[in-house]
Amino acid sequence: MKQLAYILFLLPTLILAQDSLEGTILTETEDNKTMGLPGANVYWLDTSEGTITDLDGTFSLPYKTEYTRLVVSYVGYETDTLTVNSPRNIRHTLRASNNLGEVTVSTRKRSSSVSYISAENITNISSDELLKAACCNLSESFETNPSIDVNFADAVSGARQIRMLGLTSPYILITTENIPAIRGASQTYGLSFIPGTWVESIQITKGAGSVTNGFESIAGQINTELRKPSTDDRLFVNLYGATNERFELNTHLNTQVSDRWSTGLYLHGNVRNKEHDENNDTFLDMPTGEQLNVMNRWQYTNTEKGIVSFLNFRYLDDIKQAGQLDSEHGTTDGGGGHGITRQNSTELWRSEIDTRRYDLSAKLGYVNPKIPYQTAGLQFAFSEHEQASFFGLNTYDISHRSIYSNFVYNSIISDSRHKVKTGVSYTHDDYEELVNSDVYSRTENSVGGFFEYAYDNLGSLNLTAGIRLDHHNLLGTFLTPRLHVRYTPWGKSAFRASVGRGKRSANIFAENQSLFATARTINILDSGGEIYGLDPEIAWNYGVSYLQGFNLFGRKADVTLDFYRTDFQDQVVVDWENRKEIRFYNLKGESFANSFQVEFHINLLERLDLRSAYKYYDIQTDYISGRLEKPLTAQHRLFGNIAYETEIQPNGSQWKFDATYNWLGEQRFSKTSDNPLPYQLPEYSPTVGTLNAQVTNVLTPNFEIYFGGENILDVTQENPIIASQDPFGPNFDTTFVYGPIFGSMYYAGLRYKLN
Amino acid sequence: MKKVLLLVTVFFMTTAVFAQDKNARATIEVDGICGMCKQRIERASLNTKGVKSAVWSVETHQLSLIFDERKTDLATIQQNIANVGHDTHEIKATEEAYNSVHDCCKYRSEEIKDAHGKKDNN
Repeated sequence: MKQLAYILFLLPTLILAQDSLEGTILTETEDNKTMGLPGANVYWLDTSEGTITDLDGTFSLPYKTEYTRLVVSYVGYETDTLTVNSPRNIRHTLRASNNLGEVTVSTRKRSSSVSYISAENITNISSDELLKAACCNLSESFETNPSIDVNFADAVSGARQIRMLGLTSPYILITTENIPAIRGASQTYGLSFIPGTWVESIQITKGAGSVTNGFESIAGQINTELRKPSTDDRLFVNLYGATNERFELNTHLNTQVSDRWSTGLYLHGNVRNKEHDENNDTFLDMPTGEQLNVMNRWQYTNTEKGIVSFLNFRYLDDIKQAGQLDSEHGTTDGGGGHGITRQNSTELWRSEIDTRRYDLSAKLGYVNPKIPYQTAGLQFAFSEHEQASFFGLNTYDISHRSIYSNFVYNSIISDSRHKVKTGVSYTHDDYEELVNSDVYSRTENSVGGFFEYAYDNLGSLNLTAGIRLDHHNLLGTFLTPRLHVRYTPWGKSAFRASVGRGKRSANIFAENQSLFATARTINILDSGGEIYGLDPEIAWNYGVSYLQGFNLFGRKADVTLDFYRTDFQDQVVVDWENRKEIRFYNLKGESFANSFQVEFHINLLERLDLRSAYKYYDIQTDYISGRLEKPLTAQHRLFGNIAYETEIQPNGSQWKFDATYNWLGEQRFSKTSDNPLPYQLPEYSPTVGTLNAQVTNVLTPNFEIYFGGENILDVTQENPIIASQDPFGPNFDTTFVYGPIFGSMYYAGLRYKLN
Repeated sequence: MKKVLLLVTVFFMTTAVFAQDKNARATIEVDGICGMCKQRIERASLNTKGVKSAVWSVETHQLSLIFDERKTDLATIQQNIANVGHDTHEIKATEEAYNSVHDCCKYRSEEIKDAHGKKDNN
């Protein structure tokens, strides 16, 4: 009887307890004690149930079993999402945020998203999206993104080029943490020198971009944010192995050295030493090789004084070997590093590319603690890039030493609706190239100043207008104007327009290295210019874009329409139309690239997302032989990606599924009609469709395994190399690649992290 | 010479002491409820000549201001906020001004507050 009374007495409390979740949000004080944090936001993810903590940090929230993720946030602190499986009492300590002046808006996370509010057309790719690509470096990171096209791997070097708005990567400004990273000598292989696990997020800006990072960008800008020692996992290990016998190891080690200093050591190594020739053309389908890539970062944060600083050191050593299978001698030895042994016999056609690179960079950022809109930043970067290579009997060596420095000051005019950015930059590039027996060397220096004004009416309109003036020893003195506007006439929409000019010197050999793996002779038709006798390239880029979000059958969806046009005023034309040579000359006439893209995204079900895109490219140039479509560029492309995640289980386990389909329409081959009959190709390539898929099993929050397949449909190009039986003959050419050379490939890997 | 220098220094120091702050900072409470209110409050603040930065938090109702004391003061800013219909601690919006705000922004009504929930701040 007594017991029953107890039960009756306790029952209401139990019921109450089940219906609400109580807890305390704490913060750490300077002497490492905890105290309640008043005013913090606590809410259930994806619901409207939320509250604010009381003076002592306590809170109480309605609880339902379907509520599992609790978000705790407070200005100046890192937002945390807790998994709650039962209405137990929560005690959680929020950590002060180390990111100065950075505002994090957290809703349901989409791994790839387009901003509704910025003036520029920016797509942000988070590290979650990067995990969907099979492997393992920056060039492969874009496989699941429709804004960037990733070309099929080169027949010899295996390098994968990317394109944006139909233009190749030299026309894209590729930066890491806003320091130009892939340019000059690293243009062709540079993307494979940034391991995927080092990347925290990527921002893709379509169109002219900002003036703060220089005058070179034409099609757009890709910025990569790397992992930061203060926020990255203390220990991270990733192992990867694939059926093509490529193995990778990535480790990150991060430690906090003192209150203000943190450091991280990032190590990447990959090796592929088995030779594969599935199509029996005597040539390796992909190169063998190895890479060692080490980075050490130091981060200094002082919130009271408003200072944050980074120091980075990086060393890279990469060797690739390709060419004909050496069945008698086994794998040819690369000479143990950099004693490259050139080829002097015509017994076998071999190729080797050895790269060694040092990078040093320093950044200093200052936010006035009293006046947060006044900030200043200083960047300095030095790199030395050495490549020694041979392709059959052709030799190509390049050494590129580069200095980049930039100072930016941000403030406002009258009030925070009018922001200004101004600064100066200095760059220095030393190039030395050996092309067979010819030596080319040049030094480029440029000093410039820029000013950018941004207006935001706190609602439907904002714009960014920038201009820079540069003095360059080879390009002259010139202005670079850029303008971006965003207007929102109604809910969930954004109209964008941009216009801008870009100018650059073309590194004709470094950007077109595949020319060395052909029997073609190099012919530069002009001699009056400053860069290989050629003039600098100048282009204007114009674009309009419309983004509309809406609800379709109660699910969130959005559609984006983009149209961009690039008009070349001056261009270095790369002419493959004569089978015996590759010609470079200054554009006479017109050259343009039109690109149109429709992208549709829908959240089909809870945790099931579908993205699809159609792209149309019209890229034409006036060659000597007349106006032609750009070779090996599909006019029509389709993209589809489907991603599903299961619910996170109480123990943190989860499954993730992802599949990407890419379809390319026919691509024009450069002229082969005057080749001997067996070496002639049709005018256009067949269409190609490839499918990649991946499954990730998160076993615990610290450990996950993944496996997947690339080119699952096993589509291959049958004879990627013309005259592969006669590599020293007059018709040999490896540049007609329109599809995958290697068939389907499967891989597996694991990730372990410790916070 | 040293005396002149000292004199000059003292002279400047006094001016510095008496000068009004070009970048005065203040945080005041302003009543409101949603993202639309945020836009209205921040605009009204910034439209006050001398206000350089105004950030209002939907959750805490705190408005953080940076303004030039030589050109304006808190009373003027609060008056301008009240004029567009939002109550501050010292100055309440007139019924007429309050009625001009969008229906979903009627922060004085418990019903509207509930409709917004406590988290829905878009």
